[in-house]
Amino acid sequence: MASDSDSDGDFVTFGTPLEPLEEDEPLRKPVPLHEQTVKDEKGRYQRFHGAFTGGFSAGYFNTVGTKEGWTPATFVSSRQQKAGRQNARPEDFMDEEDLGDHGIAPRQITTTADFASGRKDVIRDKARAITSLSAPIPGDTVLEDLVAPARSSMGVELLRKMGWKDGQGVGPRVKRRLCKQRADSATRAFGSASPPNGSSESQDEEDGEFLPENLTFAPKDVTPIDFTPKVDLHGLGYRGLNPLAALRGGPGAGHINLFTMDSDRTNSLFGEDRKGQRRRGGVAGQGFGVGAMEDDDEDIYHRDIMSNYDTVLGGEEPGDGLYGWTAPQQYNRTKKDHSKDAAYLGKILEGFTLASDKLETKTIFPPPNLPRDFRPVHYFRPVVDLSSVSPMVAQALQTSRGHMAQEAPSKGGRHQLDSAQRRELLGEATLQGPSSVFDLLKVEDRERLSGLRRPSSDTSSGPRQPTPGEARAAVVAAGVAAAAARASAQKALSSRFAPHAEQQQQEALSVWSGPTAQAQTGQTFKPFERTPHKQARYDLYIDQLKQGDRDALELSLDPTMTEWERGRERDEFVRAALLYKPSSSSLSCRFTRGKQDDGVEADTVEVTRDQENDVDDKQAAVKMKMFGKLTRDTFEWHPDNLLCKRFNIPDPYPGSGFVGMPKVKRDKFSVFNFLTVSESPTASASPAPQGVKPSEPGKRSRWDVSGQAGDKERKEKDPVSEFLSVARIEASGSGPEASTTDGPTTDPTVEPDTEQKDEEEEEEEESRPSMDLFKAIFASSSDEKSSSSSEGESEEEEEKEEGVRSRAGTGPQISNQLNVNTTQPAPPVSAIPSQHPDVVFKTPSGPAAAPPPRDQEMEEEEFGPRLPPPSSTLTAERRPSLTPSAKDDKHKKKCKEKHKAKKHGKNKKDKKVRGKQLNPGE
Amino acid sequence: RVSGVFHPLIFSRPTSFSLPVSFSPTLSLSPPPLSFSADGNYLLSCGSDKSLKLWSVSRGTLLKTYSGHGYEVLDADGSYDNSQLCSCSSDKTVILWDVATGQVTRKLRGHAGKVNCVQFNEEATVILSGSIDGTVRCWDTRSRKFDPIQILDEAQDGVSSLKVSEHELLTGSVDGRVRRYDLRMGQLHVDFINSPITCVCFSADGQCTLTSSLDSTVRLLDKSTGEMLGEYTGHKMKGYKLDCCLSSKDTHVLSCSEDGHVYCWDLVEGSLMLKLPVGKAVVQSLSFHPSETRLLTAMEGRVQVWGAEPEETEEDVVVVQQEKA
Repeated sequence: MASDSDSDGDFVTFGTPLEPLEEDEPLRKPVPLHEQTVKDEKGRYQRFHGAFTGGFSAGYFNTVGTKEGWTPATFVSSRQQKAGRQNARPEDFMDEEDLGDHGIAPRQITTTADFASGRKDVIRDKARAITSLSAPIPGDTVLEDLVAPARSSMGVELLRKMGWKDGQGVGPRVKRRLCKQRADSATRAFGSASPPNGSSESQDEEDGEFLPENLTFAPKDVTPIDFTPKVDLHGLGYRGLNPLAALRGGPGAGHINLFTMDSDRTNSLFGEDRKGQRRRGGVAGQGFGVGAMEDDDEDIYHRDIMSNYDTVLGGEEPGDGLYGWTAPQQYNRTKKDHSKDAAYLGKILEGFTLASDKLETKTIFPPPNLPRDFRPVHYFRPVVDLSSVSPMVAQALQTSRGHMAQEAPSKGGRHQLDSAQRRELLGEATLQGPSSVFDLLKVEDRERLSGLRRPSSDTSSGPRQPTPGEARAAVVAAGVAAAAARASAQKALSSRFAPHAEQQQQEALSVWSGPTAQAQTGQTFKPFERTPHKQARYDLYIDQLKQGDRDALELSLDPTMTEWERGRERDEFVRAALLYKPSSSSLSCRFTRGKQDDGVEADTVEVTRDQENDVDDKQAAVKMKMFGKLTRDTFEWHPDNLLCKRFNIPDPYPGSGFVGMPKVKRDKFSVFNFLTVSESPTASASPAPQGVKPSEPGKRSRWDVSGQAGDKERKEKDPVSEFLSVARIEASGSGPEASTTDGPTTDPTVEPDTEQKDEEEEEEEESRPSMDLFKAIFASSSDEKSSSSSEGESEEEEEKEEGVRSRAGTGPQISNQLNVNTTQPAPPVSAIPSQHPDVVFKTPSGPAAAPPPRDQEMEEEEFGPRLPPPSSTLTAERRPSLTPSAKDDKHKKKCKEKHKAKKHGKNKKDKKVRGKQLNPGE
Repeated sequence: RVSGVFHPLIFSRPTSFSLPVSFSPTLSLSPPPLSFSADGNYLLSCGSDKSLKLWSVSRGTLLKTYSGHGYEVLDADGSYDNSQLCSCSSDKTVILWDVATGQVTRKLRGHAGKVNCVQFNEEATVILSGSIDGTVRCWDTRSRKFDPIQILDEAQDGVSSLKVSEHELLTGSVDGRVRRYDLRMGQLHVDFINSPITCVCFSADGQCTLTSSLDSTVRLLDKSTGEMLGEYTGHKMKGYKLDCCLSSKDTHVLSCSEDGHVYCWDLVEGSLMLKLPVGKAVVQSLSFHPSETRLLTAMEGRVQVWGAEPEETEEDVVVVQQEKA
C-alpha cells in the first residue's frame, strides 16, 4: 500500500513488508497454531468458522449455550405478565455485534410500519416465518393472521379521510362518460397484452341512461407500472423456482402469480394477504414436483387457459367494473324491473333497489304499566312470624315494613305474600324456632336495631304513638344498664370464685330472658340429673333467669351449704346455663332430636356398634368351664378390600365404605367432665380416704355400658340368668381367679395420694385409658374436699345402677373387684402396681447400681405376660423367700427383679459381673 | 407310649453339644424365638442380641445372622418359599428380610409399642404383626406403600400372639380374649378366656384353636362354636409369655412350662403323656416340626432339637446356640 518513494520509486509495493532479517538473530519461533487467536474488539476470543460460511462462529460454538451448558431463561411468573405476549424477538438472541453497523441486524433509523410504504420489515418477516414453522400448526401462524390488526399506512389513512375508498382510484370524481373514456384510453395504452394487475373496462358503460346527470364516479384504480428491470435470463413472465419462497416471508412473499384465477387477482389487487392460500413451507414454483408430504398438486403443471387472455382489444373486463359500489350484482340482475318500479315509486336512491320480499314488521310491545306506588328500589326485609317473636319486635318490624304484612295479601297477588302468609294459606304447620336472624339476636342488639329503625319508620309512616312494647323495651334496656352497674359492684365480691363469673351471669341472664327462651317450653337438658336436689336448684335458677331475675343465682342456691360449696355451684350453674343457652337450641330445634336419648351420660365418641356381652356372665361361664355360646361374641367385621385381595379372598362386604367394626357415635364424656367443677356426681359419689373406690354410676366404661345391655338381655333369657347369677355369686365369693389375677384389692398400707399418683402414671402410659381412669383422676383431686352431703345421693344411684352387682352380696368391695376386673383392660400384672405402690417404691432399694427409669419400668409392667427369665437360677432362688400369702406380690417382685436383671444383661461389658452380683444378692 | 404314627413321646436328652462354660446366664431369648421354616429344614432364632439367626436343623450350623433391629427381636417368621423373613422387635418395627443377602428389604414402622408377634400370610403378601399397643397391623409387601393396609384395633390390650391361616387371623390378647378374624365371612369371633393369652395356634385340620393363658391352662376350643374341647393343665404358666403348640398330626398338645419342662398331653384324652425335662430354667419357646416328629425348645439362649426315640441313632439331636454377637 505504501510506496517507498525514496528507494524504489518505480515499484509499487503492496502489502506489509516483512521485517528485515538480521544475520545473527536466531530464527523466531513460529507462533503455534493454538496461539493464533483472533479477538474481537472487546478482547474476546473468536473462533474461525468453517470455510463455507466464513467468518467467526457465533455464540458458543454456534450455539446459544455457554461453557457451562445451556441456561434456560429464568422463570418469570406469568401472573403479572399474563397479558403480555411472550414472543421472542430475534433481537433477543443476538449479540451486540449483530446489532452493530456490520451485524446482521443493524440498528438504524427507519420509518415505522405506520409510515412505511409497501416495504416489509425483513427481520420481522423472517421471525414470523420461523415461528410459523414452529407453530402448533406448522407453517401457519393462523391465529396471528386471523386476528392481525387492520393496519394501514398513514397515506392510506389520509386518503380515507379524504373520502377515498378501497378499490377506487385516486383523483377527482369523474362523470360516467369521462370514466369510460379514460378506461378506454388506458386499455389502448397497454395494448393487447393484459397489463399486470391492470384494470380493464367495464361492460355496461352504455346503459347509463338511468343515471342522473349529476352522478359522478370515482376514477378507476390504476396500478403503477412496475419498472423493475429485467435482469434474469428467463422468458417473459416466467418466475421459475424461487428458493426464497421456501421460507415464507422472504422477498418472494410478495409474489403474485399472474396466471391465477380472477378472484385471486382481485384479491392481490386489493392488497389482501394471500398467505392462507399459499403452500406451507417448502420450495414451490412451476415445474417443481410435489413432495411426499404435500397433498395438493394442482399447480405443478401450469394450466393456461385462453379465457385468461383478452381476445378482443378493449374487450370486456371480468368483474362488473363498478368499483366502489356495494351491490353491483343485484343491480345488474334487477335492472329490468328497476325502471318499472322506479316509475311506480318515484325516485329511488342511487344504488338501492326494491326489496324482493317484504320485510316482516316487528311487533312492538308497549312497556308495562307501573303501579302508582311503585318504587324502583327494593330491599329485603326479614320475614317474621309475628306469633313467635315478642310483641316489641313485631311492632318494630311492622312499622319498618309499613304494615305490608297486613295489607299485601288483600290487594297483591301471590308474589306479595311472604312465606308465613303462604304457609297459612297452604295450611302448613308452623316451623319451630325463629324464622329470621333477628330472632337470634340478643335483646340489647334487638333494642338497638329497633331504636335505629324507629326514626326511619317514623318518617316513613308518619307520627305514631309509642307502643307498649317499645316502652317495655326501653325499661328493659334501662334495666340492663343498671344491672351492669350493679354487676361491677358485685364483681369485686365474687371475683374470688371466678374471674368472669359476673360477666357470665349477665350473659346467662340476657340469654335466658330473651323471647326465644321464653317461647321455648320444654327444657330437655338436665345437666344435674344425677343429683335431684341440685337439678332442682338448677331448674329454679333457669326459671328465674327466664323471668329476668337478676338475683336468680343467689336465690336458687342452697343457703344451708357452705360458702365454698355455693361458690362452686354458682360457677357450675352459670356455665351450664351458658353452655346450653336457648339461642343455640333455638337453632337446633330445626333439627330432629336423636332417637336414642343419651341423657346426661351421653357418650359421643365413636364406639363400635356391637358391644360385647356382659363380662360378668362370661367370667362365670369360664369358671363353670362353659365355653361356647356364653363366651363367644361374633361381630360384623369388614376387612380392607386390599387385604382380601392379598389373601385371595372375595371381599365379604363389597362396596362397604369402611373397614373394621361398624362404629356408632357415642358420647364418651359428658361435657361436665371437662368443667373444673368438682361437684359432679362422679366426684361426690366417691368416698374419699380409702384406697377402695366403690364403683359408681359415673365411672363407667365400655364394659359398664355393655353390662347394662347385658342386664336387659339377662331379663329376657331367664333360666340362663338365674343360673349365671348363682355362678357369679360363687365366682365373686370364692373368686380365686379374680383375686389372684387382679391382686388384692385392698391394701391398708396404701395412701390415697400414692394411689392417685400411680393411677395418673398408669393413665399416661396406657394406650387407651378407660373411662374409669379419667374419672378417677379428675374426681380424686376433690375427694377430700367434696362434702359428704352428696354421699346419700350417690348411694341411691349406686343401688340403682349396680343392682346386679350388689347381688353378689359382698358389698361395694366385691363389686369393685368385679368392676376392676372388667373395666381395666390392662392385664392383671399391670393392675398390680396401682394397688401396690409400696412395691414400686421398694424396688429402687435393690442391689441394682442404677434403677431403670421409672416410666420405662412402668411400661414394661403395663402389658401382658413378661418375657421369660434369662435363667432359672434367679427364679429358683427368689421364690422361697417370699411368703406364700402374698402370692401375687411375690410374682410381681419376681417379674420386676428379673426385668432388672435383664436390663443389666443388656449391658454387655459387665454382664457377668452383674449376673454374679445379682444372684447372691437376691 | 402311644401307638400310631407318632412316637415322639420319649425324647432324648441332647448330648451332642454341651454348654460352654462362659455362657452368660443373663442372656435371654425372647418369647417365641423359634420357628421352623416351612419345610422344617431350617430354624430361626431371635434373641436379645438384636439379631436373628438362621440355622440348619440337621447340621446345627449357623447359616446367617440378620442384624438390623434396634432392640431385642421378639418374633420371626419365614415365608412359604424361604425367600423372605419377617421379624419384629422391641424397637417397634417390623423388618422384612431377604434371606439370601441378609439385607433389610423394608422396615415397617407404625406400632406404638414393642411388637410381640409377626406372621406372614400364606403367600407372603401380607405381614401381620401384633403389638403391645393392642393393634394388629397388616403390612403389604407387594406395594411400595409403607402404611399398613388395615389396623385391627379391637384388642383392648396388647396382642401377644398371632396366627394366620388361609383366610383367618387368630390373635390372642392380654385382655383375655382370643379373636378370630374371618376374612371370608367378614366376621370377628371373640372368645373370652378371662386370662391373658400367651399363645394361640390353629390345629392342623383348621377346626380347632389352641390357646394357652396365664392361668396355667391350655385350652382346645372348637373354632366354629367356641366350645371347649379339651383343657390341659399341670404345667406352670403364671407370668411369662410361653408357647404352646400342637404336634404335626394334631395328636398331642405341647406347652412350655416355667418349671423347666415341656408338657405333652394327649389331645383327646387330655392326660399328661410326657413331662420332658429341658433344663432348670423356664422353657421359653417351642416349635414342632411341620412334618416330622421333632421338637424345638429354647431355654437360656440354647435351642435344642428333640427327636423321637426310634430315630435317636441318627444324628438328629442338635443343640444350637445363639450367643451375643
